[in-house]
Amino acid sequence: MNGNICQGGLFTLQESTVSENMENDSDKILDEVTSGDYKYGFYTDIEADQIAKGLNEDVVRMISQRKGEPGWLLEFRLRAYRHWLTMKMPGWANLKIPEIDYQDIIYYSAPRQKVAPGSLDEIDPELKKTFDRLGIPLDEQKHLSGVAVDAVMDSVSVATTFRETLAEMGIIFSSFSEAVKEYPDLVKRYLGSVVPYTDNYFAALNSAVFSDGSFCYIPKGVRCPMELSTYFRINAANTGQFERTLLVADEESYVSYLEGCTAPMRDENQLHAAVVEIVSERGAEVKYATVQNWYPGDKNGRGGIYNFVTKRGICKGDNSKISWTQVETGSAITWKYPSCILKGDNSVGEFYSVAVTNNHQQADTGTKMIHIGRNTRSTIVSKGISAGVSQNSYRGLVKVLKKASGARNFSQCDSLLLGDKCGAHTFPYIEVDNQTAVIEHEATTSKIGEDQIFYCNQRGISTEDAIGLIVNGYAREVINKLPMEFAVEAQKLLQISLEGSVG
Amino acid sequence: MLVIDNLKASINGKQILKGISLHVKEGEVHAIMGPNGSGKSTLAAILAGREFAAIDGGSVSYFGRNLLDMAPEERSRDGLFLGFQYPIEIPGVSMVNFMKTAINEHRKYRGLEPLSASDFLKLMREKKELVEIDSTLTNRSVNEGFSGGEKKKNEIFQMAMLEPRLAILDETDSGLDIDALRIVANGVNKLKRKDSSVIVITHYQRLLDFIVPDVVHVLYDGRIVKTAGKELALELEEKGYDWIKKEAEKTEESWRVNPQ
Repeated sequence: MNGNICQGGLFTLQESTVSENMENDSDKILDEVTSGDYKYGFYTDIEADQIAKGLNEDVVRMISQRKGEPGWLLEFRLRAYRHWLTMKMPGWANLKIPEIDYQDIIYYSAPRQKVAPGSLDEIDPELKKTFDRLGIPLDEQKHLSGVAVDAVMDSVSVATTFRETLAEMGIIFSSFSEAVKEYPDLVKRYLGSVVPYTDNYFAALNSAVFSDGSFCYIPKGVRCPMELSTYFRINAANTGQFERTLLVADEESYVSYLEGCTAPMRDENQLHAAVVEIVSERGAEVKYATVQNWYPGDKNGRGGIYNFVTKRGICKGDNSKISWTQVETGSAITWKYPSCILKGDNSVGEFYSVAVTNNHQQADTGTKMIHIGRNTRSTIVSKGISAGVSQNSYRGLVKVLKKASGARNFSQCDSLLLGDKCGAHTFPYIEVDNQTAVIEHEATTSKIGEDQIFYCNQRGISTEDAIGLIVNGYAREVINKLPMEFAVEAQKLLQISLEGSVG
Repeated sequence: MLVIDNLKASINGKQILKGISLHVKEGEVHAIMGPNGSGKSTLAAILAGREFAAIDGGSVSYFGRNLLDMAPEERSRDGLFLGFQYPIEIPGVSMVNFMKTAINEHRKYRGLEPLSASDFLKLMREKKELVEIDSTLTNRSVNEGFSGGEKKKNEIFQMAMLEPRLAILDETDSGLDIDALRIVANGVNKLKRKDSSVIVITHYQRLLDFIVPDVVHVLYDGRIVKTAGKELALELEEKGYDWIKKEAEKTEESWRVNPQ
């Protein structure tokens, strides 16, 4: 897409004045259609087991104690906490982050269930209802066939479906807490191996106070027969969510994983600082997709989730592959760079992203591709869509180390602007230490064309539907990377985040 | 069906249309000719509802309704089609998805159920054959990477799909070789119904060899300065526009001397 597709002809005669006149009109229309409502903003009234506000070593110990953790894990948390105290919040992102009072956050909140559920049937009906409303039924027979779900609310996992079916193939899919109890050796071996607690401020914080999340292990040579997914829900007020996901694909295995997330509408901001680690061994392939729809705040920028997430995968063995796909529509502020360390020879890293910001949302997101092995290849396709008075930045690093001969990267960063009060920014960093590397970077910025909208209008399509069509067309390359069922959901979500007609 | 009465419009304070009157009846083919910058495309754009010119006076009635009050998408749903001089590219939006959305909006307007996927594809196949459009074009994104000729054929294909009551073709012939011109013109002729009308905007007589107009108008400097039968097009082809300009200027002078 090249610039504002005013190709001349019909409307070029008086172009400068024409676009001035039209800008007012089309901006008015854009204002109207881009002020949609958030439909996952309800709150579930359920009793919760909470630790009082504030953060200190005792709180870290309490979290570990509540979860009945072994000593080594408490040690890990405490080391992380002490390191975090020495760090400062990063200030380099193109974001305006109001000061966060880390003593004013509840670090542990678990929905209280009368009995620990032994099976899916014993889950608190209120919790079931919550996930039903979110479109995530926890009954296996009701769920989309071929998708296993781990449902996490606030600090704990409330249910994991299809565990037995998967276990028959040796696949481990469970909440992180259970994995610590049942497979301590695996967790110990990989935890912090891709994202050490020293990595950054939010990774250190997460390592100290993480509550739950998903753990997944695919054994050698196994192709996981269904999509695995984790659904994260923030429910309680004044809490932070700090989940941890660890995904290990052993040699020659394959898994496709999807996470989704929502939160109630509240006037206060809430912090979400997650860590995701992926290990892809020799010949293994991991696809990791995110549909991020945390509460973005209201039209005036009040409330919303601060989404500060560290996601990284390592292609450890030769011929391994990691592919990140993300559709980011939610959160007041997003700070997130899903990355690949391409260590094995011939390993492949991919990053496909659609990031939508509307109203007062801010996003600084992108990826890092670190080429270490020979003939490593990476692809980056980033599509930013900005509306309202939002700011949307792409930040990416392509780094080729000395030994990475034959490394290749292709990056494409496109920005689409809706209206004239929003911003799109691109910060690509390229560091190459090997002469044989080939790096390509393409970038475009375009405004949604008034003439594209008019063309649709002239065929009978309303402006609102036209914007939906155009935006989905623009993002299609990325949406196509999602598993089928979720691609449809993501398309709807894109339209909803930009439109006023929310059912 | 279309009555334009003394329509005046300006862009940025500059008057582009200086009082146009035009009456198109059901079943008629009108040609509007004229030199560059005479206001032809502005007229087409105003009729289709592009809001870029200020209407300074006059009225446009379409089947008895005030056309200027209707939203562009409503004009389309009510049977008004504009064939664009420069069709717009919409990357990533497939022709199938685009046309399906458009057709179903038109059907909804008429109180009909949306077409099923199979019926829609069948309709597309039929119309593609009718207008001799390469069937792979409809597998691509809307106009993306189309050649000039392909874009124009695609306009005619969309016209075939939407079956308008009034089609306005804005320089559909420009940039076409003679074979493409023939295909486009044949398409328009085949789509012509007894109760539908066409306004052809063109510089050249050659399109009118294929689409024979009932009435030819010459637009010059924002006014229709001459209206006659199809033989006027031939005369223009032979003599160029200069004599029209002179004639118009004479009228203008006499009008200034003796204002009516």
